Amino acid sequence: MALLATSLTVFARTSNNKVRVPIEQPVAFSHALHNGQLGLDCRYCHTSVEVAAAANIPPTETCMTCHSQIRVGSPQLAAVQASWDSGEPLAWNKVHDLADFVYFNHSAHINKGIGCSSCHGRIDQMAAIWKNEPMTMGWCLECHRNPAAQVRPRSEVFNMAYVPPAEGQLELGEQLVEAYHINEEKLPQCSTCHR
Amino acid sequence: MKASIGFSLLILLSLLLSSCGMNMYDQPKANLYAAAPYVKDKVVGTARPLPEGVVSRERGAVDPTFYTALTPEGLATDLPIPVTMEVLERGQERYNIYCSPCHNFNGNGLGMIVQKGMPQPASFHDPRLRASPVGYYYNAMTNGFGRMFSYASRIPPEDRWAIAAYIKALQLSQNASLSDVPESLRDSLEVQGASR
Ligand code: HEC
Ligand code: HEC
Ligand code: HEC
Ligand code: HEC
Ligand code: HEC
Ligand code: HEC
Repeated sequence: MALLATSLTVFARTSNNKVRVPIEQPVAFSHALHNGQLGLDCRYCHTSVEVAAAANIPPTETCMTCHSQIRVGSPQLAAVQASWDSGEPLAWNKVHDLADFVYFNHSAHINKGIGCSSCHGRIDQMAAIWKNEPMTMGWCLECHRNPAAQVRPRSEVFNMAYVPPAEGQLELGEQLVEAYHINEEKLPQCSTCHR
Repeated sequence: MKASIGFSLLILLSLLLSSCGMNMYDQPKANLYAAAPYVKDKVVGTARPLPEGVVSRERGAVDPTFYTALTPEGLATDLPIPVTMEVLERGQERYNIYCSPCHNFNGNGLGMIVQKGMPQPASFHDPRLRASPVGYYYNAMTNGFGRMFSYASRIPPEDRWAIAAYIKALQLSQNASLSDVPESLRDSLEVQGASR
């Protein structure tokens, strides 16, 4: 019976796991416009992604570096202006939300040649973002058991359009795993992600 | 009959248990950007605004010139950090992320966002700006400049100096003459220039 209870829990969790469903936001902010068309780098807004566990969501001030001058008074930006005037932050809806017993770390991946698009997909083509991958334990482990299949040169981490070489990814991957001192033994161990 | 009652109970129980199971998924701890009901003021959440006037001490003792670019003689003309190739490369990378949207990759002030309606800043190759000290750029990033916001919250001081150094290098690169090139390399440049 315990088995049934567990499997129902897992079932409830997986059937609620919305993958590739765009999440509505209080402001119709578009990554496709800001990254794809205007060409902004992720770090213009997600400043902490290289140095911290969490990639920060930008404060209203970051939007206002441009929108204090651009499209002022647009109804699309009314909520941003209201937030700036009142000092009350915008309440964005979370797209990703790992279970609280999992400890993810962005900087550990970014600095070892894992690109944003390996996990988040083509953000630069999404108007409203969705979760591109299931982000279950099995999905994490697929890469943690064989990082060479997905690691890329560090200079390509922020390139959303990166495609791995048609041939020889494994060779390149193995060289990079070595060059970046990726600890293949530690990667699949429970304590890497659970504490 | 009895068996089916037993079975219904089993289902009920496992449903109850399964909802208990979610406690570990959503633990009562202060997660990033979670609402923080224990904070009284209007701004709710675990991401707290900084109190007025706080100074980061993580870099050790506060050196006023390093943080403000101000010296008793005015804006700093020298960098407070050694200028290495690494610093310039870091500066280039950070400039491209944070400045190029408006000032453009070459510094002429015609970046993508300016093309979309941002006021056009002066070109960094303007004689007035070429004559300005390196501290002028650090100061503009730290305190903002006119309609340009401050970048201090997004770019740490080391990186601001690296960007300032890179802009100075960019100014030199866009205003170089053949006599700046080592003699041994001049021939190859002249040939390239002629073929264009
Ligand atoms: C102009 C600022 C800006 C830039 C540039 C930007 N983002 Fe975002 N990003 C946001 C904002 C605001 C949100 C929250 C609203 C939303 O989810 O759309 C967000 C949300 C996200 C999320 C989902 C977070 C969640 O809720 O789980 C991901 C993933 C993301 N961004 C990735 C990227 C990537 C990758 C890039 C670079 C290609 C990028 N962003 C560039 C502003 C930006
Ligand atoms: C680097 C400059 C820049 C930053 C930073 C920026 N935007 Fe924009 N945004 C633009 C530009 C430029 C346009 C308009 C493009 C056009 O006119 O085609 C725009 C358009 C928009 C629009 C559509 C407006 C309309 O009237 O259709 C929304 C909504 C928006 N931005 C929200 C945001 C939010 C929210 C943030 C902060 C997370 C943000 N932007 C940060 C430059 C920026
Ligand atoms: C190895 C996979 C992976 C890579 C690579 C990755 N992310 Fe994430 N990202 C995640 C996961 C997993 C979460 C959810 C974290 C959570 O809920 O605790 C997330 C969440 C986010 C969020 C929401 C805020 C947060 O930290 O929870 C943003 C914004 C984001 N990612 C941006 C980026 C950007 C920008 C890049 C590239 C520089 C990137 N991510 C690279 C897996 C990844
Ligand atoms: C595309 C490949 C890939 C995916 C997908 C991936 N990881 Fe990783 N992860 C790596 C690599 C490579 C490292 C760096 C290992 C090192 O530095 O030795 C890493 C490191 C980590 C670390 C830091 C270990 C440490 O202490 O240095 C954590 C925690 C982690 N991953 C958790 C996760 C979780 C949780 C997920 C799923 C949501 C995930 N990862 C998905 C490739 C991946
Ligand atoms: C690469 C990161 C990673 C490693 C390594 C890892 N896990 Fe997980 N684990 C996760 C993630 C992510 C979830 C959350 C799945 C979800 O949110 O539904 C999870 C969930 C779980 C769960 C909850 C059941 C479920 O499916 O929701 C258990 C139990 C668990 N892990 C045990 C382990 C054990 C035991 C090991 C070592 C053999 C291990 N994990 C190694 C990432 C990892
Ligand atoms: C969102 C657009 C934008 C971005 C990004 C931006 N600036 Fe500016 N900058 C401006 C505008 C507009 C002005 C002119 C302001 C005015 O005159 O009111 C300006 C002015 C300046 C000036 C003063 C020029 C003079 O005429 O004396 C300096 C120096 C400067 N910026 C440096 C930088 C640096 C360094 C960065 C990157 C860290 C940066 N800016 C990023 C828009 C921007």
